[in-house]
Amino acid sequence: MKEKITIQEKQVLVSVISSTLILGFYSLYVYQKYIAGNPETLNDFKFWGRSFLFLIPVSIVVQIIIHIVFAIINKIITNEDFPSITDERDKLIELKAIRISHWIFIVGFVLSMGALTLNMQPYVMFITLIFSGFIASIASEIAKFYFYRKGI
Amino acid sequence: MSKCLINNNIRKLRFHTNEMTQQELADKTGVTRQTIVAIENGKYSPTLELAFRISLVFQVPIQDVFTFNPEENLK
Repeated sequence: MKEKITIQEKQVLVSVISSTLILGFYSLYVYQKYIAGNPETLNDFKFWGRSFLFLIPVSIVVQIIIHIVFAIINKIITNEDFPSITDERDKLIELKAIRISHWIFIVGFVLSMGALTLNMQPYVMFITLIFSGFIASIASEIAKFYFYRKGI
Repeated sequence: MSKCLINNNIRKLRFHTNEMTQQELADKTGVTRQTIVAIENGKYSPTLELAFRISLVFQVPIQDVFTFNPEENLK
């Protein structure tokens, strides 16, 4: 029997899509504003520091806005309320997903250090770090989806 | 995902308790309806505390709600 998608699973899918869009648009914005026509910026540590620091609040604020909009649209379409509590199953799934994302990020961190060891340009390390953070976040959401759907 | 070794009679007990809904049971035990659904479908084994809370709602001993079947995994 085909199972109905639950509200937690929908939230996970929204998070995956929004994370992808946020990083995609942010990368495009940063590339067009700072890197295009001025490739030496790539090896400017201050540029990377600012980019990382700016990405974090932007990402949080946009994610919150997207989730609020999703909650409103979901309520209008399905008349389904978001669970007002986070129970033991949600917390267990969250913990397992965080563990997976941490392992993936650690692999990415090691790879980024490997890039420095192999005398690659510093920007390779920064891009590897951003990419591994993104992959870790997506893997965490996919793991949540899997645990919600298949059980834990 | 390993098969859940704990079987439960929650659906039957709900039916015999004035056809209690999953949402009502969830509210009485302090979890979400989705967690009750997952337990009923054998996709989640609740903590001991939640298992006791569920048995208290139905006012039956815990072994009337949950049964442990380790041999099912060996089949």
